[in-house]
This record gives sequence, C-alpha cells and structure tokens, in this order.
Amino acid sequence: MTILGVSGLTKRFGSNTVIAGIDLDVKKGERIAVLGASGSGKSTLLRCLNFMEMPDAGTITLDGKVIGRREAELTLVRQRIGMVFQQFNLFPHMTALGNVMEGLRTVRRMRKPDAQARAERELARVGLADKAAHYPAHLSGGQKQRVAIARALAMDPELLLFDEPTSALDPELVGEVLGVIRALAEEGRTMLLVTHELGFAYHVATRVIFLADGTIHEQGTPDEVLKHPKKERTQAFLARHKEFSL
Amino acid sequence: MNQWDFASVLANSDALLAGALGTLRIFAICLVAGLSFGLVVGLGRYSQRRVFYWPATVFVEFFRNTPVLVQIIWFYFALPILMPFSISPLAAASFGISLNSAAFSAEIYRGGIQSIDRGQWDGARALGMTFLQAMRRIILPQALKRMTPALTNRAIEIFKMTTLASAIAYVELLQQAKLIASLNFNPIEAYTAVAVIFFVFLWPLVQLTYVLERRLARDE
Amino acid sequence: MAYQWDFAPVFANADLLAQGLLNTLKVTGASLACGLVLGLGFALMRLSRQRLVSWPAGFVIEVFRTTPPLVQLFWFFFALPLIVGIEMTPLLAAVVTFSIQSAAFFAEVFRAGIVSIERGQWDGARAIGMTHGQALRRIVLPQAVKRMIPAFKERAIELMKTTTLVATIAYADLLFAANEISQKTFRPLETFTVAALIYFVVIAAFSLFARRLERRLAVSGESTVH
Repeated sequence: MTILGVSGLTKRFGSNTVIAGIDLDVKKGERIAVLGASGSGKSTLLRCLNFMEMPDAGTITLDGKVIGRREAELTLVRQRIGMVFQQFNLFPHMTALGNVMEGLRTVRRMRKPDAQARAERELARVGLADKAAHYPAHLSGGQKQRVAIARALAMDPELLLFDEPTSALDPELVGEVLGVIRALAEEGRTMLLVTHELGFAYHVATRVIFLADGTIHEQGTPDEVLKHPKKERTQAFLARHKEFSL
Repeated sequence: MNQWDFASVLANSDALLAGALGTLRIFAICLVAGLSFGLVVGLGRYSQRRVFYWPATVFVEFFRNTPVLVQIIWFYFALPILMPFSISPLAAASFGISLNSAAFSAEIYRGGIQSIDRGQWDGARALGMTFLQAMRRIILPQALKRMTPALTNRAIEIFKMTTLASAIAYVELLQQAKLIASLNFNPIEAYTAVAVIFFVFLWPLVQLTYVLERRLARDE
Repeated sequence: MAYQWDFAPVFANADLLAQGLLNTLKVTGASLACGLVLGLGFALMRLSRQRLVSWPAGFVIEVFRTTPPLVQLFWFFFALPLIVGIEMTPLLAAVVTFSIQSAAFFAEVFRAGIVSIERGQWDGARAIGMTHGQALRRIVLPQAVKRMIPAFKERAIELMKTTTLVATIAYADLLFAANEISQKTFRPLETFTVAALIYFVVIAAFSLFARRLERRLAVSGESTVH
C-alpha cells in the first residue's frame, strides 16, 4: 500500500536544477535509505516531501490524495510526516519536555496533562525520561537528537524523514541515535533516511536509492545497490566510502 | 477639507533661508564640539586611572540619563543666575546639545577603542611608542573605521536635536515655521514644508549609515 | 560671587512637580505600549514578501526616523487637526506622535531580532505542523525578544526623554511644571536643577531595573542557543 507517491518532482534554486524529475513510491513499512554525494539533492528531496521547500513541478500524493499548496493543508500534511534534522533544530527556550509537548499543545490543541503524559512516554522511549526538565543547552548532541526524534514521534507520524540525523554528532555519540532509529525500524515504521552511514543503511533499510544530478541513478535492495552496484557512478561513490563494514 | 497652498510658504522663503542658516550654524558647532569633546570623555572612560575614569563616568551617566531639552533650558534659564553675563539662545542650545552628544559619542569611542585587539597595543609598544602615539597612529585609525556608522548616526541625531533650540526662540528652521504659520495662518503648509526639508536633507545621510553598516558587517 | 541657593520655594510646589512627573510617565507609558504593538506590526509588514505590504511600512519608518521629533509633534498638533477636521489635545498629539515615532524604531529592533533567529528554528516549527503565525508566536518571537531587550531599554529611555517636548505644546509634564514654578518663584536655577535630577533618578532607576531583568533572563537555564 503506497503511503507517499511522488511523480515528476522538480526543484530549482535560481538556474540550478537540484531535483530533476523524480518519481518515487513509498509503501507502508518501507525503510528507504537515500544516498548520494554532497550536492546530489538528497536533503532537498526530503525537504520537498513535506513541502519545507516548494517543488517547482511535479505532484506528491499522501494516501492517494494530491497535496495542494495552501498553508492550512500543508500544516496538516506536516503533522502526518515527521522530520528530524541534521542540526536538531530544538527550541532553546523550552525544556526537553516542552519541546516534545509543543506540537501537541500548539498544533494539536491537546490538553496539558494529556500532552505531558504523551511527551513523557516519548522521552522514555528514546531513553531520556530523566532529562525531561533539561534545556537543550545542557544536553549532549546525541541527547538533543533523541529529543528531536521524540518531538517528531509525539505527532504520530505515518512517515518519518531523517535528514542526515548523525552528521552533526561527535563519532562517539552516533551510536545512541542510530540505536533509537533502529528500534523504530523494528517497530515497522515507514521512514526515509538520508545518511552517510552505509553500514547502518545496509542493515536497516529495505530499499536503497542512489541519487546523482537530482535524479534516481540506481535503486534496489541494500544487497543490490551496496554490494553489487550496476552503475559506474554508484560504484565510484561506494569506492570512496570503502571503510563501511557490511 | 483644506486647500493646500504652499505659495504662502514660498513667499516667506527668505525667512526659511534664515532658519536654514541658523540650523546649519548650530549643527556645525554641536557636531564639532560634541564629537571632539566626546573623544576626550571617551578616553577618560577608557582610562584605568580613577582621576580620569570617574569624572568621565559621572558626566556620561548624567548627560545620557537626562533629557537634552531640560539641559538646554537649564543652560538658558538657570546657568545665567550663577554667571555675571547673560547667555544667548545659540550658546545655551549649543551647550546642551554638544554636551549631550559628547556623552553619547564618548561611549562610541570607548567601545571602538576597546574592540581593537590587544595585540595591536603590544605591537605598537614593542616599537617603543608611547600610549598617546599608539593611540593616535595605530589604535584610533582602526577604531574609527568601526565607529563610522555609529558616529554618522550621532550626527543625524544632532541635526534633529537642533530643532529643540526653537524652544528658547533661537532662529532655526522650526522656529521660522512657527513664525510663518502664525503670520499666515498656514500651519499645515509651514510644518509640512519644514518636515520635508529635514527629510530631504537627512534621508541621504540615513541611507549612508545603512551602507556603512553593511560594508562594515561585510568587512569583519 | 555668592549666590544664595534656596530650594524651599521649589519644595513648596512639590505637588506640581509630582503631577508633572505623573503626566510624563503617562505619556511615556501610553506611547511605549502603543509603540511596541505598532512596531511589531510594522516589522511584520516590512518582512512581508508582498511589496504592497512592506513598502508602506518602510516609508513610514523612514519618515519618522528621518525627521526631528519636535517637527513631528508640531505637525500632529497644529497641522493634522486642520487637515482631518478634528479636535487635538496636547496629550493625544503627543501619544500619537511618540507612538508612531517609537514604533518606527521598535520595528527595526523587532525585524533585526526576528531575522537573527536561525532558519532551523522555523524548520523545526514547521516540521511539526505549525502555521507561520504559530511558529512566530511560540518559537521565534520568544527567543528574539530576549535578544532585543537591551535595544528596547535604550529606546524606552530615549522615549521618556523625548516626552519633554510636550512642554512646548503646553502639556503639563514635568518640564512644563518646572517652567511654571520657575516663573512663579523666580528660582529657575533651583527649579530646573531639581527637575533635571528627578529625570536622572527616574531614568537611571529604570535603566538599573532593565539591566537586572536582562541578567535574570540570561541565567534562566537556556543561556546559549542550540
């Protein structure tokens, strides 16, 4: 069953075409890893899916319904598609708990006790129940990213977008974040993950997409794309990332 | 509705011209006096020595925290009581505006000097320069560049402040507008004309500060 | 030259000074409140991508920043009533003038504060489904306002000092009261010195209070961004 359907997606910044007509179907329970060199349009693709960037052409459907461009409609769509950023984008003036409650309170208009109970559950799920009262400034990078994941999960998203969630972290903190994402994968959540962690992609993804020049250059199972790539550019890309352990 | 009639203002252009000259005169006096005395006070605020630091600080705090119109009126009505001579409106207004501007520009100078890297002082000292030589040849030239937008802003403020001299009947643009308005019963045109004159004169200066601020932000 | 200082006549008129100070605070408070609201409105208009919205706000801001406050006050008091045919009291003219004038400055403070918030904050807010307005109110403004407090403080002090201009259109503020007492008692030196000191004390006290507020906010947990 297709959750998200993308057809002919195109995005330009000035005269620079970053996404050049991408077609993609995301089925329920799929975990898609998006790979590609920097500048290949990975992040832009992700940001177009929940309309953080406005596509210049193409359509995106959610549950078979074409998404329009009205602000009111987009805020509803974004509630159903969670997003986790490279730079966390936590709200520094709110505690960890406040960050997770914010969407429930302001967007969902949930009552405070309910929102708080829900937020506490999500923080516990990412292993940060004891950090609820901490402000982001007093959390490590890995803890911040786990709060950001809890913030996205609190909205009950049908689809999760991860935009290089571990790229801004010190190496020793990467593991705790990947652990949380792996647990979500085991729950059978649908997700798109832009990452440079090829080993993680190999073990967790159900499908791997390799982007080049704003198009899908090659895609298939992790085995097909990561171990037996057919296209030259995919091979060259993987050769440069030899160090990953499959 | 009123018929706008600027002819009655133009008929008094000689009065406006006299006012414009009065405005420019007091502006020039206060600009020079305020910004140069401000440098002296700013150096005092920067000084480690209490004899310089404390008087400068008291001066800055007092003049920044009292309204300039009160200062002008004090110099015009109150000071002559203590003096054996009377004080003209030009002198009183110049005193008030200059001292006020000195207090504000002192903080600009101090901030600018403090922003210069300590290594610049070390470099100058290592060459055998005295404090004043280092200040004049090495520190101030660099600091002045950073201070230019803020000092230009101060100049604009001084220009606007000159209108306060009308409160003690010094002949400047606003004072002349009052005169024209009362003689010709045309306050709309008279005050609009003066507002436009100020706007036309100051607008390029304000734009200049924006350019200077942007250039400074880009260079640093 | 031994001038005999005598403050007794000034203190005999303390009630006039007190009433004057009250009126000064009234004009300042009203203009500050209106100026803040109006200033936020101007700032949001300036940030709009629609020229038809941003341009008029930019024009008002430029005009009020580029003309002397006293000229503005005279224009609103003497000229505007004739144009629109309404009665204008000195108090109303003062509040209107100083509200728009401080709004012009507050608008730039708000605008600078809002654009200083990194883009990721907008992203984070939009990603959980917030509208532009919700993101502004809940996420961006609370952070921006904290950075703006020093600038607000400075503008509020400027505003209080600017309100002395109302004395020139015969509104009974502190300066006007001092002038009256001075003429009544023939003691300008003592009267205007006392008036200057009152301004100094009120403004310095406000400044100290604002500085403490600043410091308290700075230590409340979230001192650094991210």
